[in-house]
Amino acid sequence: MVERVLIIGGGIAGIQAALDIANSGYEVVLVEKEPSIGGHMAQLSETFPTLDCSQCIMTPRTVEAGHHENIHLYAYSQVESVSPSPDTDGFMIKIRRRATYVDWDVCTGCGVCQEKCPFSVESVFERGVGTRKVIYTLSPQAVPNKPVIDADNCRFLQSKWDIESGRVPAVDKRGREAKPKCGACALFCPTNAIDWDQGDSVIEEHVGAIIVATGYDLMPLTELKEYGGGRVPDVIDGMAFERLLAASGPTAGKVLRPSDGLVPKEVVFVQCSGSRDPERGVSYCSKICCMYTAKQAILFKNRVPDGQAYVFYIDVRAGGKGYEEFLTRAQEQSGVVYVRGKVSKLFRDDGKVIVKGVDTLSNRTIEIAADLVVLATAIVARDDSAMVAGQLGLETDHYGFLNAANDELAPVESTVPGVFYAGTALGPADIPETVAQASGAAGKVLSLFHRARAAESEQVTTNETCGIGH
Amino acid sequence: MPLSYFPGCSLSTSAKTYDVSGRAVAAELGTPFEELPDWQCCGATFPLATDNVMALIAPARLLAKTQRVGGHTTTLCAICYHVLKRAQAFFERDPDALERINWFTEEPYDGKARISHYLELLRDEYGWDAVTDKVRRPLTGLRVAPYYGCLLLRPENEIGLDDADEPSVLHDCLAALGCEVVDFPYGSECCGSYLAVSQPDLPRQLSRDIIASARTSGADAIATACPLCQYNLDHAQKIVDSAGTSAGETLPILYFTQLMAVALGLGPEITGLAHDIVDPWLSHGSREGPVTASVSA
Repeated sequence: MVERVLIIGGGIAGIQAALDIANSGYEVVLVEKEPSIGGHMAQLSETFPTLDCSQCIMTPRTVEAGHHENIHLYAYSQVESVSPSPDTDGFMIKIRRRATYVDWDVCTGCGVCQEKCPFSVESVFERGVGTRKVIYTLSPQAVPNKPVIDADNCRFLQSKWDIESGRVPAVDKRGREAKPKCGACALFCPTNAIDWDQGDSVIEEHVGAIIVATGYDLMPLTELKEYGGGRVPDVIDGMAFERLLAASGPTAGKVLRPSDGLVPKEVVFVQCSGSRDPERGVSYCSKICCMYTAKQAILFKNRVPDGQAYVFYIDVRAGGKGYEEFLTRAQEQSGVVYVRGKVSKLFRDDGKVIVKGVDTLSNRTIEIAADLVVLATAIVARDDSAMVAGQLGLETDHYGFLNAANDELAPVESTVPGVFYAGTALGPADIPETVAQASGAAGKVLSLFHRARAAESEQVTTNETCGIGH
Repeated sequence: MPLSYFPGCSLSTSAKTYDVSGRAVAAELGTPFEELPDWQCCGATFPLATDNVMALIAPARLLAKTQRVGGHTTTLCAICYHVLKRAQAFFERDPDALERINWFTEEPYDGKARISHYLELLRDEYGWDAVTDKVRRPLTGLRVAPYYGCLLLRPENEIGLDDADEPSVLHDCLAALGCEVVDFPYGSECCGSYLAVSQPDLPRQLSRDIIASARTSGADAIATACPLCQYNLDHAQKIVDSAGTSAGETLPILYFTQLMAVALGLGPEITGLAHDIVDPWLSHGSREGPVTASVSA
């Protein structure tokens, strides 16, 4: 048995599983698509119900995973193919390491290139409420703390490729040789780490087990047309609000609305935006929104004490240790107004967002002129999950989430021997549940390795007995 | 080639301008309407009770008649369109109910009729470019807010005319005529509909919100495809309500076919612009208002 494990996805699930296995003395190959590990948890400001700083409780783990001698971390990489190993058991994995255009062995992570890069683009990590440079790391606490160049938006690479492909003449009208533009990062890099000629590379790994921890996505605002379809600037999703609250975020933790940078006073939170909506969204409950909405409302009130937070809800699901108490705290201590009902529509009017809803307890329609609206959008399966499921022959449900071998009794096992699951690739889950699943999957892998060892040594012992006795 | 056309009751009475302008526009575009023979009321509401098959007899009869004239008929009235489309969807889901109705009416309907709103035909078959080609008096500078209401669009999975939250068909129609299309957030809000009968204050308030929103968005007029929307929005501007609030500044509420008739160069007896409570000529204080300017150009 090859006593190595591949973990696909470097969010909190992948990190937890990797550390559990690596600390037991086995090798881990950890593959992360983004430039750094941490996943969605790295985007959060605080966690419920303890209001711990997410980055603070996570950074020790990301750092440990990044430097562990048993963990081979491939960031900015994707699993390209999986095939059964030809000679022994286990899987042969091809991993595509995307070109970063930065030699990470030489780079010291000083950050000068990011300071000097003159171009900014909208940041996916900042969820549309902040920008990043074209050469970037996801956050100041990034692991690995080495930047990548976003080739699509890089002036130098684009102009270099234009010249190389002949789209731009090699010599201009005045007879001057065409040269790539910009290149500020390379100019200022103290270690000459910028490598303009870097390309993708594919490496091969041999593993005995796989843990799939590819995580989730949020339903895009464009799918919620009755809520403005992403066209109203002051209607954002919960993750964008996390970035506004986060000390490391684009506003350094100040709650400022996207349209004009003013502090919003009236904030409306809409739970079940796309969830529990078989007609227009998804039928299932996204499970974490009740709690993170309560958390966000509390944090908003901390940041803007004279502000008012409203939460529209269908019903509140607070099943977890300390969860109901947390919710009560939002209502009683922070004065968050909970309105039982759905928002039917919202639109922009004279700098405000008009929220039209119904209060089903008083049986009246409600209209709130809000400064900012935060939609608790549905958790949905990642496209990557479908790709990984295809590569490994895994089952998915019709939403695209992975199907466990048995939901009740084998919740982290797949139907493919040696392949296990952790986290939100299975469906909506909060951080404690994700971490429990990750440790569960790690335990499954360890027991698989131990069983194989026990079987081998038993075989040896039996053979020896035979040899001596006869 | 003529198009089978079902006018419905409103277009034969209170919404006569819609009917007259619609027929003239269709003729002008070379596909004249041919009235569905022996038609009757569509039933006016789609029954929401789960077992109210009786209420579907009226639409079933019309669908059967449509079947006999070649299987396709056109409507202008958003309500007739709504009822017929939903009845059709219902019969598809519940063939047993259709069988019961067929047995009762003795006018068997095979479930295969096609009902189109005229906007749908203009968009999908005639084409907006072809409409623009026929325009003789482009409505340049006229700022019109397209108002869809609810019955024309919802429920989207049964009506299917357009995206219920981001509709564009009426926008595109007005743009084809040269209008400046004024998008406003109340474009697919409900006008209050039949509550005009039982709770008149409610549609009055809803209609005034719609008009106020269109006005602050800069519209000179509102275009609609529904006789009830036209009635509610127009009347909300006439009557001072029980709280003593009047409508303030007014906006003319026009059928899209009236604007088409103006753009196609048809005469005032067709465009019917002075039939409503809010006179498009007077609403701008002088006969040189934007609608007039386009008309006399």
